[in-house]
Amino acid sequence: MTGDTVEAVSCTQLAYAFGETRAVDGLDLSVREGEVFGLLGPNGAGKTTAIRCITTLLPVPSGMVRVFGHDTARDRMAVRRLLGYVPQQLSADSGLTGRENVALFARVFDVARRERAARVAQALAAVGLTDAADRLAGTYSGGMVRRLELAQALVSAPRLLILDEPTIGLDPIARTGVWEHINAVRAATGMTVLVTTHYMDEADQYCDRVALMARGRIHSLGTPAELRQGLGERRRAAGTGATDTLPTLEDVFRDVAGSGLDDQSGDFRDVRSTRRTAKRVG
Amino acid sequence: MSEAPAAPPSASADRAGLPGGAASLLVRPPQPRAGWRLLPARVAAMCAVELQKLRHDRTELYTRAVQPALWLLIFGQTFTRIRAIPTGGIPYIDYLAPGIIAQSAMFIAIFYGIQIIWERDAGILNKLLVTPTPRSALITGKAFAAGLKSLVQAVVVIVIAAILGVALTWNPLKLLGVAVAVVLAAAFFSCLSMTIAGIVLSRDRLMGFGQAITMPLFFGSNALYPVSVMPGWLQAVSKVNPLSYQVDALRGLLLGTPAHLATDFAVLVVAALLGIAAASSLLGRLAR
Repeated sequence: MTGDTVEAVSCTQLAYAFGETRAVDGLDLSVREGEVFGLLGPNGAGKTTAIRCITTLLPVPSGMVRVFGHDTARDRMAVRRLLGYVPQQLSADSGLTGRENVALFARVFDVARRERAARVAQALAAVGLTDAADRLAGTYSGGMVRRLELAQALVSAPRLLILDEPTIGLDPIARTGVWEHINAVRAATGMTVLVTTHYMDEADQYCDRVALMARGRIHSLGTPAELRQGLGERRRAAGTGATDTLPTLEDVFRDVAGSGLDDQSGDFRDVRSTRRTAKRVG
Repeated sequence: MSEAPAAPPSASADRAGLPGGAASLLVRPPQPRAGWRLLPARVAAMCAVELQKLRHDRTELYTRAVQPALWLLIFGQTFTRIRAIPTGGIPYIDYLAPGIIAQSAMFIAIFYGIQIIWERDAGILNKLLVTPTPRSALITGKAFAAGLKSLVQAVVVIVIAAILGVALTWNPLKLLGVAVAVVLAAAFFSCLSMTIAGIVLSRDRLMGFGQAITMPLFFGSNALYPVSVMPGWLQAVSKVNPLSYQVDALRGLLLGTPAHLATDFAVLVVAALLGIAAASSLLGRLAR
């Protein structure tokens, strides 16, 4: 831990390459405790790879990533105990009930047997799935599966909740539902949330700060308002675009993507996995 | 699906959404388990999942009982009449039964790697790997879950064999020994499968490998005929085939035929440990 404030996540010159492809290339990132931090960027910008480094799924040298002061290379188990993770795919086990899905994560996080049932019930209630808890997850709608995954992540009382595209493929009502539950739990527990998303309106509405990634590193960073204002000022200075209306976060995204996109972005596996998720949700 | 109304979130409204006015347990992280208790806890967690799945859907249990039943019914009864295979004085169907129990348990375990690839594709594996569960503990848990599933299957085949008139022991200690042998062998074969999964990384390729190795393992063992009638090269295969040691143990325990129980169990334990080590070391490839 450095300085007075504890950083939930700090990445220092984080780099990760798949063969020749440098997915993350010198990423510096700092997520403050208690904030909702959005990691945005086009397909292939390196968001998911960065998340996988932070969650200890991909091995990185020590000194690159710290979670609440713990080095992910040296202190892997301590880092994992602090994390709740919802991957991009719909990852609930369709052959188990909602309650059994959550109970599995209570077990692997060492929740004592005497409080397991109560904790699982609270996690399910926190995402509004009490009534559906004893149905097989295979019968759930996409929005319900996402909320179930949220319950799985919450049952261990994580200090950092990591969500990779939590609302991908969901209809607007389900999207709002997922975010409301994230916000409710965050308000009640004070946990830090790190989220990646493609939906700029969501980032604008729900994130305290956002970082726009392109080509494996941070392109711009700030509150959504700061980023919009920044682009507005640049446009005014350059005399381009409508100067009377403030740009949206989507305009900021287009501005970054326009300069950062190339043929490498969004490889086949990326798109296939996104489509698979969308298909299972739909 | 009951979504909350789309009102702007406020702290008080949010707390009201949680049970009992607060998520009392959801703000307190659970106490980490001490080192040595972690492994049995993870094994128990994986076994619980396997039993829950079996409770929800028993189709596989029934469909997988068909083949062993046919082996015993057709092959067993026919060869009992032909008397072509030296069995040491017992009816061939009796001789065959332990081999078929071992075979049906192996078939379950050898395709366990497909499940881990499916879990990888569904993101379940990644989620489990982000829990305080070392890779070796996850693989051990999966291996024993496969063992449990195989054991349930073995019980079904034992019941079928008993119905067909095979003279099996009902000595509880010997049956416990049978259970241990089945679980250890299934742990090995499931780890073999997960190891191949870690190498080939795709379900289709693993299916091919599974098909390719199952029959050689089965025919290259003493499940159908004694080692003494095999040609020399096949005897060598049988010597390094853990299935042979499992069948030898099952035959000794269930029928009381002469067996090398100490060697059999030692080989099965060592094979299971090696399997767990190999599969654990390759699990990282699946997580990438």
